[in-house]
Amino acid sequence: MITMKVNGKTVKVDVDPSTPLLWVLRDTLGLTGTKYGCGIAQCGACTINLDGAATRSCIKRVADAAGKEITTIEGLSADLSHPLQKAWMEIDVPQCGYCQSGQIMSAAVLLAGNSKPTDTDIDDAMTGNICRCGTYQRIREAIHHAAEMKRSAK
Amino acid sequence: MSPLKEMKRRDFLRVSAAAGGGLLISFCLPLDGKAAIFGEAETNFAPNAFLRIGTDDRVTLIVGQSEMGQGVLTSLPMLVAEELEVDFSTVHFEQSPAGAAYFNSNFGAQITGGSASVKTFYEPLRKAGATAREMLIAAAAQTWNVPAKDCKAEHGAVIHVASGKRLRYGELVEQAAKLTPPANAPLKDPKDFKLIGKPARRLDSSGKVDGSAVFGIDVKLPGMVTATVLRCPVFGGKVASFDDSKAKAVSGVRRVVQIDAGVAVVADNFWAAKKGRDALEVKWDEGPRASQTSEDITRMFAAAVEKPGAVARKEGDVDAALSKAAKKIEAVYEVPYQAHATMEPMNCTADVRADGCDVWGGIQSQTWSQGAAAKITGLPVEKVNIHTTMLGGGFGRRAETDFVVEAVQLSKAMSAPVKVIWTREDDMQHDFYRPGAYHKFAAGLDASGNVIAWLHRTSSASIYAAHGFGNPTVDGAAVEGAKELPYAIPNLQVEWAKQEPGVPIGFWRSVGHSHTAFATECFLDELAAAAGKDPYEFRRALLEKSPRHKRVLELAAAKGNWGKPLPKGQGRGIAVAESFDSFVAQVAEVTVGDDGSVRVNRVVCAIDCGPIVNPDTIEAQMQSGIVYGLTAALKGEITIEGGRVKQRNFSDYQMLRVKEMPRVEVYIVPSTDKMGGVGEPGTPPIAPAVVNAIFAATGKRIRKLPVRLVA
Repeated sequence: MITMKVNGKTVKVDVDPSTPLLWVLRDTLGLTGTKYGCGIAQCGACTINLDGAATRSCIKRVADAAGKEITTIEGLSADLSHPLQKAWMEIDVPQCGYCQSGQIMSAAVLLAGNSKPTDTDIDDAMTGNICRCGTYQRIREAIHHAAEMKRSAK
Repeated sequence: MSPLKEMKRRDFLRVSAAAGGGLLISFCLPLDGKAAIFGEAETNFAPNAFLRIGTDDRVTLIVGQSEMGQGVLTSLPMLVAEELEVDFSTVHFEQSPAGAAYFNSNFGAQITGGSASVKTFYEPLRKAGATAREMLIAAAAQTWNVPAKDCKAEHGAVIHVASGKRLRYGELVEQAAKLTPPANAPLKDPKDFKLIGKPARRLDSSGKVDGSAVFGIDVKLPGMVTATVLRCPVFGGKVASFDDSKAKAVSGVRRVVQIDAGVAVVADNFWAAKKGRDALEVKWDEGPRASQTSEDITRMFAAAVEKPGAVARKEGDVDAALSKAAKKIEAVYEVPYQAHATMEPMNCTADVRADGCDVWGGIQSQTWSQGAAAKITGLPVEKVNIHTTMLGGGFGRRAETDFVVEAVQLSKAMSAPVKVIWTREDDMQHDFYRPGAYHKFAAGLDASGNVIAWLHRTSSASIYAAHGFGNPTVDGAAVEGAKELPYAIPNLQVEWAKQEPGVPIGFWRSVGHSHTAFATECFLDELAAAAGKDPYEFRRALLEKSPRHKRVLELAAAKGNWGKPLPKGQGRGIAVAESFDSFVAQVAEVTVGDDGSVRVNRVVCAIDCGPIVNPDTIEAQMQSGIVYGLTAALKGEITIEGGRVKQRNFSDYQMLRVKEMPRVEVYIVPSTDKMGGVGEPGTPPIAPAVVNAIFAATGKRIRKLPVRLVA
């Protein structure tokens, strides 16, 4: 039995400890907002926040997440109120949308540590997240916009 | 006269009360000439627009086209909302079931592709909205006992202008449902448009930013099991024998089942299925292609273009013109196979029962999927229900039915709902690839540098033949773009030499245009250089009879600072292409490093797609098409070794990343010309624009993609 905190709730899972965290989130806990894209930490679709760090859940053994705090896209806000979610909708970033959970979770970690990221900061933080629809230009724009919303809310 | 032909002459319209109260309007659009290619409809009443207005004022468009990022769940509802005179915020969408009722008349089937959704539904959906509007006005006029002409529709209500009396649509729908619909409800004059032509927010964003949008891979059913399939790595190979003892020993594995595609491991969840598959031992009969390589395929193409091919277009006498040319230029252009690499790997869920079959997934062709499932199950087509989820990218890959067939075969074998999930490696190594292609050119210039001859011989496999659309003398997909070369060249010949290397091929964003634009627009650049002329002015002079090409070319050049000097190591390139009835020109600015690295700094894109629906979507689709084409130009290459695909994942089939994203500027030409699509036309010009820019920066001419420059 492995215990973790997922989106603020303590959960216990009885699974093969070598199972990647991604598949425990999706198949065991039903949190399907986190996506499978490559299985080898190349595309970022499975990005979650693990103790505040952007983490590729497809290569993270669930056993190594024991006792940790995990935030998935479902836990970012209860009502689309996170500045990144607002900015993503205002700028209409998503196309197919499949990679966007991972994009947003990477951006959330960036914004947590950097209130005014430059384009270079954004490129560095987001380069592990592939978008096959090519929404990169709007992702940059939306991160700037979310950072601005966050700053003006303070 | 067949019912189908007769149907072309009339529109069909039906009105009925909606379940749960309200008004349901069903429309039928005529099929056009393309129906013959994609199979004719068997029914003669095929409404393909459904609009529901509830007593609660809720307006819902039931959309038969699939949402794969191109924004169809927003642009199609906009068309209805415009004519219906409702605020866009009150409009909702529902994804339709499968059936003739939802055919796209462009294909005579329920298919999303060919950048055809908006242009096909532009008029019929407006008509549906206008008809509903007129009926609601008539219902209000009847209620107030006033002439309908004294009433108008506005913000989801009918108003009696003189008295100011007002009834909401929700209050009128019951009455309206009893009326006979007008035969020809008038469409609004475009100058009165409130929504069409102005940026509208997507209706599907919220679920895509909070994780609640359901993609195929997210489908969960009671009693469902999950499968992974081991397929023969060599194309055309099959299972010889297998030992499943170790696979079955993996905890969570339920059964190992052989299906047409290979051997499936069915388990309680994905990870158990994957571990089980890793433990599976299969001996393959690899078939006749087990030693094939990419080099073998290139040799096939190269040999084929040495002989005359099937003629796709012939103007004047190209041989005579070449023989008297003052200067003769020859070149060969090559492109490799490309994978679609949708972010969501292929997957599908099926539930086969004695009384019916349900299929869930990101599907681009509901008609073909339904047919495939009916064939496997022996059920009539109408007993196969297709539930189209969000598509985690399509690009043509999800128009195939292979992933649907696997799920249906497995559910039938298991007598349970089965979700089959492909790993990224499965997805990359078992795609229906953009065909590799080979282009050989010979052109002649006269003494003043005018192009007097153009001979283009291309070799590739036939996508149409691979999909059962006959065995065309000239495959339309192989020569599209090349055949319609817009430049005024008096002696011009385009030929196709069919070769079938046996690698599975399919429709990849912009299809044939994805490589013909590269080959023709780069070769034309070579001719400009040989003639000592500016590549933009050279094109412009040859486009006098192609005003839409010329207009976008001029706009891209003007906005892209054509002619303005750039620092050393940088260059600017230009290209123009028509595809899917839209005209796109792009100017790319690149920096080439001393190490041969290529960075695209800026892309200026001008598009003329005729009347505009959602400019924000057009901009997004141009950006998207450019990234897709740029990824292929700079990185993408599927190679064959030992009859199998060498690339496995994003580590060796790389994607453009945010760091490499150029600044893209999109300019839309105001136009009342024929409407075109936007999902694909952004892709074709980018590779030639970039390659021409590399030439401008370095003097090096790239003739083979992806770009590989050595220092």
